[in-house]
Amino acid sequence: MVKKEIIALLLAGGQGSRLGILTKKAAKPAVLFGGKYRIIDFSLSNCINSGIDTVGVLTQYQPLKLNNHIGIGKPWDMDRMNGGVTILSPYMKESSGEWYKGTANAISQNIDFVDKTAPKYVIILSGDHIYKMDYSEMLKFHIKNNAEATISVIDVPYEEASRYGIMSCDEKGRIYQFEEKPQHPKSTLASMGVYIFTWEVLREYLVRDEQREDSDHDFGKDIIPAMLSEERRLYAYKFSGYWKDVGTIQAFWESNMDLVKRVPEFNLYDPEWKIYTLNPVKPPHYVAPSGSIKTSVIAEGCMVYGTVRNSVLFPGVIVERDTLIENSIVMSNTHIGEGCVLDHCIIGESATVGARASIGKGEEVPNADRPSIYNSGITVVGERAEIPEGTVIGKNVMIDMYAQQEDFCCSTVASGSSIYKGGVCE
Amino acid sequence: MTNTMGLILSGWRKPELKDLSYIRSVSAIPFGGKYRAIDFILSNMVNSGIKNVGVLTQYSFRSLMDHLGAGKEWDLDRRYDGLFIFPPSLSDDESGWYKGSADAMYHNLSFLKRSNEDYVVISQGNSIFKMQLDEMLEYHLESNADITLAYRKMYDYSREDLSRLGIIKLNENNRVTDLQEKPLNPQSDLASIGLYMIRRTLLISLLEECIAHGDYDFVKDIMIKKLDKLVINGYEFKGYWRNISSVRNYYRCSMDMLNPAVREELFISNGKVYTKVKDEAPAKYNEEAEVRNSIVADGCFIEGVVEDSVLFRGVTVAKGAVVRNSIVMQAAVIEENASINYAILDKNVVLTKGKYLKGEYDYPVVVSKNSVV
Repeated sequence: MVKKEIIALLLAGGQGSRLGILTKKAAKPAVLFGGKYRIIDFSLSNCINSGIDTVGVLTQYQPLKLNNHIGIGKPWDMDRMNGGVTILSPYMKESSGEWYKGTANAISQNIDFVDKTAPKYVIILSGDHIYKMDYSEMLKFHIKNNAEATISVIDVPYEEASRYGIMSCDEKGRIYQFEEKPQHPKSTLASMGVYIFTWEVLREYLVRDEQREDSDHDFGKDIIPAMLSEERRLYAYKFSGYWKDVGTIQAFWESNMDLVKRVPEFNLYDPEWKIYTLNPVKPPHYVAPSGSIKTSVIAEGCMVYGTVRNSVLFPGVIVERDTLIENSIVMSNTHIGEGCVLDHCIIGESATVGARASIGKGEEVPNADRPSIYNSGITVVGERAEIPEGTVIGKNVMIDMYAQQEDFCCSTVASGSSIYKGGVCE
Repeated sequence: MTNTMGLILSGWRKPELKDLSYIRSVSAIPFGGKYRAIDFILSNMVNSGIKNVGVLTQYSFRSLMDHLGAGKEWDLDRRYDGLFIFPPSLSDDESGWYKGSADAMYHNLSFLKRSNEDYVVISQGNSIFKMQLDEMLEYHLESNADITLAYRKMYDYSREDLSRLGIIKLNENNRVTDLQEKPLNPQSDLASIGLYMIRRTLLISLLEECIAHGDYDFVKDIMIKKLDKLVINGYEFKGYWRNISSVRNYYRCSMDMLNPAVREELFISNGKVYTKVKDEAPAKYNEEAEVRNSIVADGCFIEGVVEDSVLFRGVTVAKGAVVRNSIVMQAAVIEENASINYAILDKNVVLTKGKYLKGEYDYPVVVSKNSVV
């Protein structure tokens, strides 16, 4: 293979368990976002737009959708003779085989992949975030400072700082302290999970880290602290732009809703920085004489006979007559019957909502079974679920994937309850 | 249909298309919000299992070449076979210019000779339709014809439009007994849809004979002259079919896309229609948007009124702007308080603030590519 200056390793194996039913059968990077994309598209597009054409995607949790989506990397122009995209899944070794135990371990297990292209630098990314970033600028910063590791940071509000890995650095950007999720943060510069390492240095630390039995094999917990304690040259690269971790139902809903605002903070329409994804091959969308759409993002293949306000519709969604969809995210190929009312909900791919159903109206009570996940007033309907005609569903409700008529005990599903596929009705 | 190859004749000049085809071959005319005319026959071929397609081009083929590329979008970027584009080529003894359809095929006889499929489908590139070509091939094989010609009963065509087609007469065995190319007074409403099926070796010998006689047109010099000698059978196509040949019928055909039944037939049932991808974000509607009975492609940005219209990719309709009964092609901008009615705006047209353009249903105004009004 031709030698590359920099290659990317994209950690895409995380479950994203706080996304509930959305990640039951898909890793978080494979979750749909923004009317046509999957979350991983943003990192992959950043790579190709930054001139990085060699990317290893490390998968672990529920990789099927991700593998299908990425394929040989055609949409990102990564179907290359030299480089391109490679899916790296955990594999059996001569004596044993093991899952990726941590972010650093995942890279350690793929040292051979990196060595093959013998890059000078590697950039470690996670496929979990919505942002546009020119990694080539960050690389210039890394080279200019003669750094051994550069961590991209973003200024966060003090109250939120304890959710992140927090850096303290001097006026030149050199990091002297790193704290993972500190209770009393000393700074508000949070790690974005984007690291550039000089490969030679990282390789050495990875090999050493593998020997240590007390290690969690994690970049934030082990590799970065080890480098700091040995006074390696670590720099913080400040990023100021839109960057969202869509890790919770609430955050996921909010950042989708950011797109429908008059002037969205996050611009998907920039011809200089396109976001690429697998093309759905559908005709342009159609708005019927009875249809009406305002403040929304509508993808191709949709047919809108009803009313849509403040919502995001993915490709191939059909909205029948006299239906009102507000403040909602409706994923690909979903059919919403006549006379429905949907408010504050997320409807999974290929779901069917029967006529005259009402979803997302009711009192504000968190979900009884999973209060930590469904608590922000948003009802989530899983992929391929079938909501029977006339069902009234409240807030913070979870409807399981593939749930059907027989899984619904009665035509009213109170706020905070859940419907499980094959679940027992009380 | 792996035993069949495709040949697409991308079309001669159509003066009736005015500004729309000065800059591009008629097969490359943008259509239906994101397609070009040739996507329909190409997708029909691909959906019917054809893997070897030649496109013969003549006039202004730059945009066609750009659109087709290596055939990736149609899954025709193959190691063997795939997509081949044949523009006219200059050589010592040839002027290069194709004199007619038979001449164009004859110039690329080596493509026909080195292909190994038994049958060839020959088609125009400017028809908007969805057809299962494998069913036609079955009929061709059963009927033992030399050539099978697809025809359609043009009950929905005006007399004027009929006289732009090849009008046929059939006997009781479906054999074509008369074929008149673009007759002034059409004698029937059965018209050829410019789609033929023929054995490859027979096509090669017919072409060689035709050129040896100094002739050059496939329909006039081969089919019409040999109606007695060759068994040419008709195969009825019953679906939606329009041939883009004038501004008027381009406009009407585009507006047919607002009809749910036509859309269902063309885009949803029996296979997809493939086209070049542009990676636009989904369309964005702001608060003031009022859109009714329209088709809107990705990348559009709408703050105005759009009714009974077709918007291609990346069109901007600003606040207070009104688009009615119009076709707006890629990346055109309708600025604030500007309005159009019965207009066709080509790519990248800018209609500046407050301007008003109006045509008639029978005579839509055409604004040519890159104009600023």
